[in-house]
Amino acid sequence: MNILKFFTAGSVDDGKSTLIGRLLYDTNSILLDQLEALQTSNRKNDDGTIDLAILTDGLRAEREQGITIDVAYKYFQTDKRKFIIADTPGHIQYTRNMITGASTANLAIILVDARNGVVEQTIRHSYLVSLLEIKHIVVCINKMDMIDYNENKFNEIVEKYKKLAEKLQLKNVQYIPISALKGDNVVQNSLNMSWYKGESLLNFLEEVNTENLEQSPLARMSVQWVIRPQTEKLHDYRGYAGRIQSGTFKVNDEIMVVPSGVRTKIDKIEFFDAQLQEAHAGQSVIIHLKDNVDMSRGDSIVNASNLTVDSKLIEADLCWMDNKPLDTSVTYLIQHNSKTARCKINEILHKVDINTLDKFSADNFSLNDIGRVILKTADLLAFDLYNDNRANGSAILIDSRSNLTVGALMFRATLD
Amino acid sequence: MSTYNFDYLDELEAEAIHILREVAGQFEKPALLFSGGKDSITLVRLAEKAFRPGKFPFPLVHIDTGHNFEETIVYRDKMVERLGEKLIVGLVQDSINEGKVTEQTGKNASRNALQTFTLLDVIEKNQFDACIGGARRDEEKARAKERIFSVRDEFGTWDPKRQRPELWNIFNGKINKGENVRIFPISNWTELDVWNYIRRENIELPSIYFSHQRDCITRNGQLMAASPFLNMDNDDVVVKKTVRFRTVGDMSCTAAVESHAFHIDDVIAEISDSKISERGARLDDKVSEAAMEDRKKGGYF
Repeated sequence: MNILKFFTAGSVDDGKSTLIGRLLYDTNSILLDQLEALQTSNRKNDDGTIDLAILTDGLRAEREQGITIDVAYKYFQTDKRKFIIADTPGHIQYTRNMITGASTANLAIILVDARNGVVEQTIRHSYLVSLLEIKHIVVCINKMDMIDYNENKFNEIVEKYKKLAEKLQLKNVQYIPISALKGDNVVQNSLNMSWYKGESLLNFLEEVNTENLEQSPLARMSVQWVIRPQTEKLHDYRGYAGRIQSGTFKVNDEIMVVPSGVRTKIDKIEFFDAQLQEAHAGQSVIIHLKDNVDMSRGDSIVNASNLTVDSKLIEADLCWMDNKPLDTSVTYLIQHNSKTARCKINEILHKVDINTLDKFSADNFSLNDIGRVILKTADLLAFDLYNDNRANGSAILIDSRSNLTVGALMFRATLD
Repeated sequence: MSTYNFDYLDELEAEAIHILREVAGQFEKPALLFSGGKDSITLVRLAEKAFRPGKFPFPLVHIDTGHNFEETIVYRDKMVERLGEKLIVGLVQDSINEGKVTEQTGKNASRNALQTFTLLDVIEKNQFDACIGGARRDEEKARAKERIFSVRDEFGTWDPKRQRPELWNIFNGKINKGENVRIFPISNWTELDVWNYIRRENIELPSIYFSHQRDCITRNGQLMAASPFLNMDNDDVVVKKTVRFRTVGDMSCTAAVESHAFHIDDVIAEISDSKISERGARLDDKVSEAAMEDRKKGGYF
C-alpha cells in the first residue's frame, strides 16, 4: 500500500469542503464523536442535513466566516491506498496557502461549479497547478444535481476546459461529473448519470499511478547532518545523513560533492542497523564515502555522470508570500534543501495576471504576486531545473529581518 | 527502474527522520518532549533511526504532572537507561510549590492545564529553541491546520493566521530572539499508522495500553481509573473493569475504554473497527468545539 497526496482547488461555494467531507463520510472515516459534534453544531444545510463542510474548517474564524483560510490536512484510507488531502483555500487572497498545500501534492482536484462552468477562479487554480507541475489533474464538475445531471452541459464544460488545459500544457486530465452534496460519482457510481461510463472519483484516486511521471533518474542527496560518534569503537566513523531526493544511489557509484567538486565513490549505505546495496528517492539513509572529503550540512552528493546545474545566476518563477513587498535592494536568504545561502533578486522579468494568464512588466512584487525573476546566489547550489526534477528544482526565500518565508521559487533556467 | 518495497510506513518513517535531522541541523538547543505515550515512544524510535550510531543531538524532556500512571514512569526510566540519553524532568509540583500556578479544585480538577506553564518554564530555563512533539494532524481539527515547524512566540502562543508557508520538504527554522519552534515529525501519521508501526518495529509499550483489570469510576460518561488524584466522593462507585487506555496523559483526565485487547494485534483490530476517535477519550477536548485551538493559542502543545 502506498500514499497518494492530493489537494483540492476550489472555493467553499464550489462545494470543496463538502466534497472532502463526502469522501471522508462515505469511506467511513468519520468517527462517532466527531459526528456527534457535527450534529450538535448549528450549521446545517438548507434541507436540514449535516453540513459536511465543517469537518474540514478547523479554525474558529473559518467556521464563523464559512470559508477556508489555511490548509487543513485530512487522512483516510481504503484497502488500496492511504490518502493525504491538503484542503486548500480557493480565494485569491489565500493563494499562498494554496501553493503551500499544492507543493507536496501528487495530484490536483479542480472543482468546477456545473452551473457556472470554467470561470476566472478555474483559470487561476489551473495555472497554479501548471506552475507547480502537478502531473495528474482531476476536474470534478460538481453540483450536477443542480443542472439535472445534464450530459450536454457537462460536455460543454469539458470542451471549454480542454482549451484551457492545452494553453497551460496540462496533461493527464480526467473529467468526472459529481454531486458532492448528494454523493453522485464521489465514492459510488451515480445512478443519476448512467451516461457517464468512467470511474467514480474515489476509484480513480485508488488506481492512478503517480510514480511513473514524477520520478527523476537524477541521483541527488542533500546532507542534513554528519554522524560522527567519536567513540573508541567507532573512532573513524563518518556518515552523511540525508534523504535521497531523487534517483538511486548504489554502493560503488561514482559521485561528486557539490560545491567542492571532489569526486569519489560510495563506500557504504546504511539505514539504522541494515546495510543497503542501494537507496532510492524518498529514503532517509546514511552514506559513507570511499575517500575522506570535507563535507558538511548543506553540501550535496550527486551522481557524477549526471551533474546538477552549476550557476549562481538563476532564472526562476517566484510566488511572493509576505505582506511586505519584495525589495530588490535587500539581501534575502535562499533555502534549497538543507542549504542556506544569501541571495538577491536582481531583476523582475515579468509578472503574470493569474486570472487572465497575461504577462506584464512590473517593478514591484507583493503578496500573492507570481512572476519570473533573475536571482543571484552568494554560494553555489546543487540544483536542477524544476521541470527536470521537482524535488531538487525548488527553494524558498527567507527575509532575514523577520525570518519569515516570503517566497517560493521554481528554477527555470541558468544564465551563466 | 528497479523495484523496491517502499510502503506507506516506510514513507512516513523516512519523512519523520528527515524532519528530525533538520531539527538537528537547524537549531542550537532542541529537545524532544517525551510523555510516555505511544506517540512520543514512536518519536524515540525514529530518533534512533535518524542518529544512531551517534548520540541524540537533544535531551528528552518529560513534563511530569505528578499524576502519572506508575507504569509510564517505570517504562520511562527503563527506556532512558537503555538509550543512554539525557532526561530532563519538569515537575508541575515545583511550579505549584513556587506559587507560579494554582492547583484546580472541584470534582473535575486536573493538572493537565498546568502543564503548559511548567513546559514554558522548562523551555525558558534551558533556553530550548525547538521542542519536538508527537502531535498528529488526524487528532483534532485545529491540529489539522498546524505546520510541521510551528513557530511560537515567547508566551508559547500559536497564531493560526500568521503561520509560515511550508513548501515542498523545505523547513524554515529561523526564528527571532525569544521565539521557539514546536516540531511535529509525525504530523502525517494517523493513530492506526502509529500502531502498525509499533507492531512492525516490535516496540515495547507501557502495559496500560493493553487490557488489564482496574478499579474505575464513571465521570461524565467516561471510565476513569480510581486514584488519589481524582477528587472522589461518596457518589463515586468504584467498579473493577477490564480496560485499556488509548492515550496516556495525566491520570485525572485520561479515560479508559473497556477492552479485551491483550495483544497488539487485538488493539489494531479494535482501532480499525472503532467508531470513537482517540481524543474522544480526553475530557479536556470536550469543553467546546474550539477547545484545542484555544489551548494551543495559550501555549499548549
